[in-house]
Amino acid sequence: MRIGVALRELHGSETALAGELLRLADRHAKEQEIYHVAQDLVRWSRDHVREIAAVGPRYGLELEEPDLKNPEPPTEEAGELPGDGSDPDLLLLADLRRLYRMAAGVSLDWDLLGQGAQVVADAELLALTKRCHPQSLRQMKWADAMLKTVSPQILAG
Amino acid sequence: MGRVWSSAEPWSMAPFTSGGTPAEEGTWAGRGVRRPLTRPWRYRAPRRLRVRPLGSGEHAFPPQREGVVPVVSRDRIAEPWGTRTPYGPGQEWPTRVDAHLAEGVDPDQVDRWVQSATILHSNGDGLDIAVKDGRIVGVRGRDADRVNHGRLGPKDLYGWQANQSPDRLTRPLVRRDGELVETDWDTAMDLVVRRSRELLDEKGPSALGFYTSGQLFLEEYYTLAAIGHGALGTNHMDGNTRLCTATAAAALKESFGCDGQPGSYTDIDHADVIALYGHNMAETQTVLWTRVLDRLAGPNPPKLLCVDPRPTPVAREAAVHLAPLPGTNVALMNGILHEIIRRDMVDHDYVDAHTVGYEELVERVADYTPEHVADICGVPADGVREAAELLGGAERLMSTVLQGFYQSHQATAASVQVNNIHLVRGMLGRPGAGILQMNGQPTAQNTRECGADGDLTAFRNWSNDEHVADLAAVWNLDPMRIPHYAPPTHAMQIMRYAEKGSIRFLWISATNPAVSLPELERIRSLLAQRGLFLVVQDIFMSETAELADVVLPAATWGEKTGTFTNADRTVHLSDKAVDPPGEARSDLDIFLDYARRMDFRDEDGEPFPQWHDPESAFEAWKRATVGRPCDYTGITYDRLRGSGGIQWPCNDDNPDGTERLYADGRFWAEPDYCESYGRDLVTGAPLEPTEYKAMNPEGRAIIKAAEYLPPHESPDGEHPFALITGRTLYHFHTRTKTGRTPQLQKAAPEVWMEVCAEDAREAGVSEGDHVEVASPRGVIRARARITGIRPGVLFVPFHYGYWDAVTDEAAGQRDRAANEMTVTDWDPVSKQPLFKTSAARLRRVGSGGGVPAPAPTTAASRPVGTGVTETVGGSDALSDERVGGGAR
Repeated sequence: MRIGVALRELHGSETALAGELLRLADRHAKEQEIYHVAQDLVRWSRDHVREIAAVGPRYGLELEEPDLKNPEPPTEEAGELPGDGSDPDLLLLADLRRLYRMAAGVSLDWDLLGQGAQVVADAELLALTKRCHPQSLRQMKWADAMLKTVSPQILAG
Repeated sequence: MGRVWSSAEPWSMAPFTSGGTPAEEGTWAGRGVRRPLTRPWRYRAPRRLRVRPLGSGEHAFPPQREGVVPVVSRDRIAEPWGTRTPYGPGQEWPTRVDAHLAEGVDPDQVDRWVQSATILHSNGDGLDIAVKDGRIVGVRGRDADRVNHGRLGPKDLYGWQANQSPDRLTRPLVRRDGELVETDWDTAMDLVVRRSRELLDEKGPSALGFYTSGQLFLEEYYTLAAIGHGALGTNHMDGNTRLCTATAAAALKESFGCDGQPGSYTDIDHADVIALYGHNMAETQTVLWTRVLDRLAGPNPPKLLCVDPRPTPVAREAAVHLAPLPGTNVALMNGILHEIIRRDMVDHDYVDAHTVGYEELVERVADYTPEHVADICGVPADGVREAAELLGGAERLMSTVLQGFYQSHQATAASVQVNNIHLVRGMLGRPGAGILQMNGQPTAQNTRECGADGDLTAFRNWSNDEHVADLAAVWNLDPMRIPHYAPPTHAMQIMRYAEKGSIRFLWISATNPAVSLPELERIRSLLAQRGLFLVVQDIFMSETAELADVVLPAATWGEKTGTFTNADRTVHLSDKAVDPPGEARSDLDIFLDYARRMDFRDEDGEPFPQWHDPESAFEAWKRATVGRPCDYTGITYDRLRGSGGIQWPCNDDNPDGTERLYADGRFWAEPDYCESYGRDLVTGAPLEPTEYKAMNPEGRAIIKAAEYLPPHESPDGEHPFALITGRTLYHFHTRTKTGRTPQLQKAAPEVWMEVCAEDAREAGVSEGDHVEVASPRGVIRARARITGIRPGVLFVPFHYGYWDAVTDEAAGQRDRAANEMTVTDWDPVSKQPLFKTSAARLRRVGSGGGVPAPAPTTAASRPVGTGVTETVGGSDALSDERVGGGAR
């Protein structure tokens, strides 16, 4: 059974997403809506990580409580749009694009876990995915919405 | 007036027959403390009452006839709500005509009375302006007006005097060598046009932004929206309505797919329960509160629920008063809904037939038990249960919502829960069962309808391409010119773009962000940036105008013609009574002048906008509203003249207007018709059209649930208080008018801070002491008023800026405006800034020498201690009242 693999993957991706949300807030503190909402949305990922960790032992996993105060740097490079990386507006677009993809990845992982939960008939795990998956999608849609909102002014500038 | 002033059935309790009895003092409702749900019939007699002989010629009324009711004279500063005219459920609210004329002016000396409505709050009370020798000399309520039945509030009775202030702006000003100097219109407008053209050439329309008001007329907003969205093609347009009614609009869109108040003021006449959420109606809409007081004084009075951390007059009258910790409204509402659902006080037939989303609500509020909510909100669990019992037991429930919810953390999510209570209880569309997501400003509704707040004109949906194309057809413009690629840029984001330098041209009309926006140090510095070309259009040299590159002198209410619409969709006409001072021009003329100088053209090469004066603008607006919810097609200037106000939609199907929306359980929420697909209540992300269609294919009302999130700034060790800001009864906004009105200024002359007795004791503060209030962003100095406010909460009125402040300018000290302290943060759904969720600390600076704080004693700032002189207006505040006058 490879449910443990999926759980471990999700634990990692949710932790990274929480870290990324915090980093986004920190890097764009003057973009007030991003600053505040990103921090609101960290709560969901933190809850998810905690819940995944709680399920872990049933699948032979001991998942550690991540240090969200000092998140790991992102695995992808920041400079994805043309520019020398010193332009905070282009950095914002790049950060939101990465956040979107990370949230999409997490959302996909919840999908996978949900499939696994059904095949092993783990109702509790299935309920967990149904609780958490929509929130990952909302994080992803938020990144998309912010990108759509802020990009016209940046691209016209 | 053409009315007979006889009263066939004078009210037996009418004070002018009795001379009055000693006033009974109201008892203070404790937080969540139950008062008897059947409240005793109570009549509060007037205090300062003088009965004058008939026909004395001293009153603002025509000579009297035989057997008519007398006129009484009252100090309406001391008695803001005037004489009670009690009435029972389902009865007509009696008329009471209020008037105030300038000293020494007899009514028979008045040359003419010019129809208008009130402009210093959102109630929309019909009045006539008295004109003598080309000057405004007073006002008189219109008895036949559906909104006020003749009544006026203190700001209306006295505020007109500000029109004639000697310091009105009368000539355009331009900045030369750092100084603002007088010039002519051509010079000023040429500068504005040249800078517009330069930026359009260099940067495109996204370098231009507009920030307008909630106080212009419909015709002016429509013109501004057409210029901004149509001709220039910028997405950066908003009103200061963002600070006051953005959440009203957002909450209505979330629940009903479209803006538009479902209820009517007449619901007060029928309701058996009235719930006021964060709405100190007694001070914000004094005449509406008078209507409530008259119901409370009559037979079978309604019971009130009040949610407010301050001991407002509403709280004093409430059967249940809950004073939650600021920033916890969603938790409270979820708790009330939890109880209503748990006790199954739900109209399941209505829910099944007319709504979507109920199951999600049930699931969401399941955890919000009264005890859990009590922990979060700091209210008794029993208070939550009592509130639910009151709301759940109502047969005709009316709810109103205002800034206590709108300017708080999770503003839209909380306000939507009020809508949800009505939806789950089926309380919509019949007499007494209505929702008013209130407005704070007189013409805020029009800012929204016209699209001057960024919404698309006439409640079109910016994310529906067909709506955009339709508007482009109305305007005869290319749809590509109308920006609709993203949500309209809201006020705080416009300021952010100005701060970052991507907006280089900002045109501010009839509002004063240098005092009214949060975190003023930041706002001042961004408005003063050299790279920003700032145009300010106003009637006085405001704190914002002082920062401008070009100042355009505008005409105001009474000096121009136009229409405006209040919070219950009532449209009034306001006719020009007198000429504006000097070279001041109406805002409409200024906008149209700009358009002509810019040489905007439509698709046929004709000048755009295609209208040229108020009435042609109104007729053009009507064409833009055809088939839309706010359909004005049945209204004309001629119909409005002499009328008591008409409620939209007014069209062939509803020739006399529409009193209540959604009477048949049908909503304007069909996917192809709705104004908005809604947003995520936590993230604020707009829903995609496909998501909305899947959720709500039939266009039902939408029950949207929301989880509670803690506020972003909570009291802590260093800043132990929750700071909230708000209004007083006697002032409007930044006091540009009310501060120049002697009676109003005297009633509330200087900033103060409210604190409860316990917190004051701990801080060593006595009534009237000088204190310093500080947040992480700024500090102010004020005098302390000790009131019954919720412990842990401080209140500071936001009206006081610097134009008349006695401050040490040399030292650059700006320590008077509440917004020095407020936080730059907003509700992600409505984008309304948070003025009720800052943390602050309090420090005593010095003794007040036994002199009480300069805060009114008449309303929420009433002191708990004795020895504070009552707020009175004195002889120059005497206003006339004529009660009764027969059936309407």
